[in-house]
Amino acid sequence: QDLSLPNGTPVDTSSPASSSSLLNRLQLDDDFDGETRDLFVTVDDPKKHVCTMETYITYRVTTKTTRAEFDLPEYSVRRRYQDFDWLRNKLEESQPTHLIPPLPEKFVVKGVVDRFSEEFVETRRKALDKFLKRITDHPVLSFNEHFNVFLTAKDLNAYKKQGMALLSKMGESVKYVTGGYKLRSRPLEFAAIGEYLDTFSLKLGTIDRIAQRIIKEQLEYLVELREYGPVYSTWGGLEVELSEPLEGVSACIGNCCTALEELSEDMTEDFLPVLREYMLYSESMKNVLKKRDQVQAEYEAKLEAVALKKEDRPKVPTDVEKCQDRVECFNADLKADMERWQNNKRQDFRQLLMGMADKNIQYYEKCLTAWESIIPLLQDKPETK
Amino acid sequence: MEDCLVKKMEITVSEAEKRTGRNAVNMQETYTAYLIETRAVESQGEGQCAPVDSLWRRYSEFELLRNYLSVTYPHIVVPPLPEKRADFVWHKLSADNMDPDFVERRRIGLENFLLRVASHPVLCQDKIFYSFLTQESGWKEIVNETGFQLKADSRLKALNATFRVKNPDKRFTELKHYSDELQSVISHLLRVRARVADRLYGVYKVHGNYGRVFSEWSAIEKEMGDGLQSAGHHMDVYAASIDDILEEEEHYADQLKEYLFYAEALRAVCRKHELMQYDLEMAAQDLTSKKQQCEELATGTVRTFSLKGMTSKLFGQETPEQREAKIKVLEEQIQEGEEQLKSKNLEGRDFVKSAWADIERFKEQKNHDLKEALISYAVMQISMCKKGIQVWTNAKECFSKM
Repeated sequence: QDLSLPNGTPVDTSSPASSSSLLNRLQLDDDFDGETRDLFVTVDDPKKHVCTMETYITYRVTTKTTRAEFDLPEYSVRRRYQDFDWLRNKLEESQPTHLIPPLPEKFVVKGVVDRFSEEFVETRRKALDKFLKRITDHPVLSFNEHFNVFLTAKDLNAYKKQGMALLSKMGESVKYVTGGYKLRSRPLEFAAIGEYLDTFSLKLGTIDRIAQRIIKEQLEYLVELREYGPVYSTWGGLEVELSEPLEGVSACIGNCCTALEELSEDMTEDFLPVLREYMLYSESMKNVLKKRDQVQAEYEAKLEAVALKKEDRPKVPTDVEKCQDRVECFNADLKADMERWQNNKRQDFRQLLMGMADKNIQYYEKCLTAWESIIPLLQDKPETK
Repeated sequence: MEDCLVKKMEITVSEAEKRTGRNAVNMQETYTAYLIETRAVESQGEGQCAPVDSLWRRYSEFELLRNYLSVTYPHIVVPPLPEKRADFVWHKLSADNMDPDFVERRRIGLENFLLRVASHPVLCQDKIFYSFLTQESGWKEIVNETGFQLKADSRLKALNATFRVKNPDKRFTELKHYSDELQSVISHLLRVRARVADRLYGVYKVHGNYGRVFSEWSAIEKEMGDGLQSAGHHMDVYAASIDDILEEEEHYADQLKEYLFYAEALRAVCRKHELMQYDLEMAAQDLTSKKQQCEELATGTVRTFSLKGMTSKLFGQETPEQREAKIKVLEEQIQEGEEQLKSKNLEGRDFVKSAWADIERFKEQKNHDLKEALISYAVMQISMCKKGIQVWTNAKECFSKM
């Protein structure tokens, strides 16, 4: 049942995957650094795999590119969630000065959600697609070699094992983990970012709670509506002349029930996950800020140590120089990423909230149509029959 | 076809006022008084406006009027009064009789009651009704003087008749069944509607929280700030809009309630028929048994068992003179009974005829009114949907400027 296509097999361009990725392209951030895009990635076609040990879902990851870093212009591979998780970890490790986009939650958190249900899989697919597109858009991350392998390798597991061995040797030098240095004070601009992220995630949390509360109230409203409509029908059964009007009202309420159900589903599947994503994003960004603090703390500590020695050294030792470089690099990367993040965030929320408004408009339009259509039925004179 | 009172006279219940007074056991009580205003309708209708007459009545006086009408015109489906106590409330409305919204809706209900009576071809001609509208003091005495309370059938008598009647008119049996079902279905509908209103209120109000959080969020944003802030304002508007929407829906609920209570009036007419029919059956039975007794005495045969028969067997027969006397009494009773039976039969047929005529009139009124009520309900829903579209479109526009 393994459906991974060998590298180089042309992907069907008439598939919906292509057109949806086209739409996504248009909605995301435009040219970065003035260049035209040369890398397009899409996640689609979820498939269930039933094996003796476990059951899991894979997604098709399709790549189209003109970049020299890729051997072929097109790739199509199959990946499962743990592959995405692996990629994210690798990116965090290898690009610690950058903001890595979040993944959808690993485990199903609350409720009796079936992790193989269509809605859950689709929600996850969209989030994974978003994840890869954000990396694709990033001028540094998109050139990361792990990302390249993720997109192209037929056997990712083999590469993973290889990577593990290397990592255990090189681990410490790659990571920016510094021991026990405490930063005295964050520079103003990063302090501002930190404060912003704190308030931002608080507000998102509130919005998440409100949205969930609304969905809950709507579902309770739906329960009552489902009892309400049929009573008109029962009444219609009692009457002669009023039978049709009452049946009409009953059917109308039924239509409103359907519309409401769709609205609640949409909000659950499209709205809430994006909020959660951004809350996860904020959390990981705060961690990056902390790492930056640590790097700066190390630099300042070492600088102080040198200053205390007070020798007539003509130049600063290279160790301290290296630290200074690290700090400056980190700051520059982080600032650039923050700016990009702010812009993307604005677009994402613009789209998200407009989407929420749209869903509500559609709900009311469906109900409006239903009620307007029964007015002539209600006004119908018996003589005209 | 005589013109109904409603065509000659404008009737309104224009105001409601809280009053305090002393009740029958000299305890202080608070009640609401309603101002009834009447004015003659000018046929010429130019410039000249007839003066307005007015008087105050409280709910218990309306009840007295209705009781009088029900007893005096048992063949008529008498319009019902608005509910005495607030029922089928959803949580925001209070069940308090003194609550201004309840009083206001009751005022409208009482006006509606008066207009219904005034437009009824039979009821509008009633003198007691006329003096209810025009004579403030002494009306209660006039009503009581009619002695209508004596004419009222006891509940027990009515219940008895319902169980024991053998041949009621099939149409009335069906009608009674219909009114039972109608009462049941409208009650159910009103109960669920109240729950629906409750839930809908919750949905709208929670959206108000968006207003606050968008406002707070906009404070930390640069480009997104304005769009968020103004969208939040629209969320507040959305949350606030539900109050008016549900207030309007209460009028629809009141229209349904009127017909819920009308079902009871229908049942009352059916009960009266059953009572009259039972009375007739009893009278016929009594007559038959008297005729039989007479025959037995005359021929000397005992066909039916009677205590008298047994005692006379045991203690000796009566004298021929005694027997003659008895026969004579019975013959008189029989004659009386036959006349009574004839008139009861006539009464019964008249009742059925006139009751059924009013029932047909009522059916047409009901179909018309309920259709109108459903249309107005649909119109309310359409208005609510349009408001919803408007608000969310405005919000969407604000979001687009983020």
